[in-house]
Amino acid sequence: MILFWAAILAISTLLYVLLDGFDLGVGIISAAAGGHARRDAMIDAIAPIWDGNETWLVVTGVVLWGAFPLVYATLLSAFYLPLILMLAGLILRGIAFEFRHRTERWRWLWDASFAAGSLVAAFMQGLTVGALVEGLPIANGRYAGGDLGWLSPFAVLCGVGLCIGYALLGACWLVRKCHGDVRESAYRLIPTLSLALLVFLVAVFSFALIEHLQVMNRWLERPYLFIFPAIGIVAAILLAASLQRRSDHAPFRIVAIIFVAAFGTLALSFWPYMIPFSITIEEAAAPHSSLAFMFWGAGLFVFPLMLLYTATNYSVFRGRIRPDTDHYH
Amino acid sequence: MDMSALMLSRIQFAFTVSFHIIFPSFTIGLAAWLTTIEALHLATKRPAYRIVFEFWLKIFGIAFGLGVVSGIVMAFEFGTNWSELSRVSGPIQGPLLTYETFTAFALEASFFGVLLFGRQRVTPWFYLLSTAMVALGTTFSAFWIMVNNSWMQAPVGYAVENGAFASTDWSAIIFSPVVWVRFPHMLLGSYLTGAFCVAATGAWYLLRGDFRAEARIMLRMGLYLAAVLIPAQLFFGHLVGDFVHDDQPAKFAAIEGRWHDEQPASEVLIAIPDPASETNRFAINVPVLGSLIASMSLASKETGLTDFPRQDRPPVLIPFFAFRIMVGCGVVMLLLAWIGTYLSIKERIEQNRLLLWCLFLSFPLPYVAILTGWFTAEVGRQPWTVFGVLRTADALTPFLTTREATISLVVFCSVYLFIFSFGVLYIYRLLRAGPLGSLALPPKAAIPSRPMSVLDQAALPASRNFAAGEQP
Repeated sequence: MILFWAAILAISTLLYVLLDGFDLGVGIISAAAGGHARRDAMIDAIAPIWDGNETWLVVTGVVLWGAFPLVYATLLSAFYLPLILMLAGLILRGIAFEFRHRTERWRWLWDASFAAGSLVAAFMQGLTVGALVEGLPIANGRYAGGDLGWLSPFAVLCGVGLCIGYALLGACWLVRKCHGDVRESAYRLIPTLSLALLVFLVAVFSFALIEHLQVMNRWLERPYLFIFPAIGIVAAILLAASLQRRSDHAPFRIVAIIFVAAFGTLALSFWPYMIPFSITIEEAAAPHSSLAFMFWGAGLFVFPLMLLYTATNYSVFRGRIRPDTDHYH
Repeated sequence: MDMSALMLSRIQFAFTVSFHIIFPSFTIGLAAWLTTIEALHLATKRPAYRIVFEFWLKIFGIAFGLGVVSGIVMAFEFGTNWSELSRVSGPIQGPLLTYETFTAFALEASFFGVLLFGRQRVTPWFYLLSTAMVALGTTFSAFWIMVNNSWMQAPVGYAVENGAFASTDWSAIIFSPVVWVRFPHMLLGSYLTGAFCVAATGAWYLLRGDFRAEARIMLRMGLYLAAVLIPAQLFFGHLVGDFVHDDQPAKFAAIEGRWHDEQPASEVLIAIPDPASETNRFAINVPVLGSLIASMSLASKETGLTDFPRQDRPPVLIPFFAFRIMVGCGVVMLLLAWIGTYLSIKERIEQNRLLLWCLFLSFPLPYVAILTGWFTAEVGRQPWTVFGVLRTADALTPFLTTREATISLVVFCSVYLFIFSFGVLYIYRLLRAGPLGSLALPPKAAIPSRPMSVLDQAALPASRNFAAGEQP
């Protein structure tokens, strides 16, 4: 039962990162859209699905609360300020989808809040993951780092890295959803962003080695973890090839594989800890009565339904955007 | 423990949750109404229904968006500010909110996209289904939130294990009688909010003499629905009162402004309670009515606040006044809905400008009633977060600093004020422009002289470059 909910948590988190990742990424790229028509096309490419994507963040949050209350309580209170700022970012970008169509004169304001909100939310997510990898100060099962205990150069580096990663995912999404100009400039962005992401990954690994982060011991204990960087290298080669061939659908899938590999790396280097290296999955798990109650309804029946709704949503809006009908009424 | 961090966190939670509830209470009702209108349109093919639907869908879009973004905050705020509550009651509240997210949010969010953008991509039946799914999702969400909150008001089916709550009986929690009076009370409140907003808009257009066909649909449907639902709402409100009387006697005494035991008890209609002297100033009392309301008896003894030690009493002023404002709003809505329905059936309502003005200006009433109802419930539960088991002061994140709490409160207040001002402005503009405001104008590239009469299914233009209320 504990494993089941750990798996659901992992799947939800991964889905969130992949799905909201690309629409946050489109938000970040939209800052440099260069013109109203292009920005409109970018936003049309994510407007019908962003809300569903963001729902996976809430899913992750409540599964964490229901199945692993200790981790929910510890993490959310430890990352107080980053999470508040992430929420502010998500609010400002979420509201922009509606508000930008309600005004001509002030549209720039909502376009700015869309881009800035996306950037802040992505940065804060990366920062919290980075701080978690580096290790939170925990004493007696309770966070003991103070207001800014999560702030470190490594965490900031991870924040920047996730922004680049999301932007890359966003560019790949635009390539498959948009026409003309937007598609072309997205194609031009992909190599730059891929290179930036590579530089970031090298920097992260060097940093972790130089600082002797505890996580790195895991790599010595568990050599099978090296399969993930290998997947990353293969994916990078495939990505370059797909850009050569200009196959619109391939880049998104390949970058998604890179994200899955990165996620797998993190998950397996943490295992069996949820907050490395102080709280394990077993310690954090809710009593059996809670896990079983969630399993027999939400887990077994509703979770597959949620995947079905998500699939339905994506299948209704499959293919490229249609400029004539997909505009907001 | 930092007392000012506690106070700031309470203010922040009260502020963010009050802001949030405004939007779901409107969209729960509106979603159900949109489903009805869309079904009527499919059945009758009357174009006015389609116009009314498209018009309210845009307003629904803005309100739903505000509800979504302010709702995500709630899912995190339990953990950021109330980590002890999250840890201790997580095994019970966590699964309940997991059910909410799984059954409601995923449904709403996926089909909301179809609702706003998918009209041209799906069949009419699938579109109607999507509308119904969104409505169903909002209702599920309200249900689980009421299960969760009712457990905090009247905890049942739990035991304490290793310093945390664990459920011993989930069906006792979900099928608690408290849930089944408070959930209908909230749901009816939402339907009434939708009904009054729609009716008020119809009244406004009739006063202006615009969009008569659509305005009549709005006014009639809103009024008839309200006229039927308000008596039911008063009944469920009474049942909620019964639960408070039995399970939360201190809250009941605070609402009643009753300081000392009385037999038979009088009812304080209005007064200014004075906590320092534990008496009421300027009180207008009705003898015996207090016993009648509380226990349906002419001689029952009713509990006063001074029976409880001071540290276990809720504040008196907020529950006392909030409750009276809620009931006052309910009575005014009842009168408006019944008089309006009577005149509407007699076909005389359109000549009665005074009543139309009253209806037009009545749209804040349901919001005020919902907010004050929640103030009564939540402030009246103090000093407890989980009633009788976990005090609010013990629920706070133990290491939260005043600085953090101040920063977050300032961030939330400024962001919410910003988006609320623009949200209200945009909704007002859409309402002012009216049902044909954005549809009557052809899209930029279309034939300029498209006659209004061809405003049918296929010809509804996508006029994104024209924002309602602004000159194109």
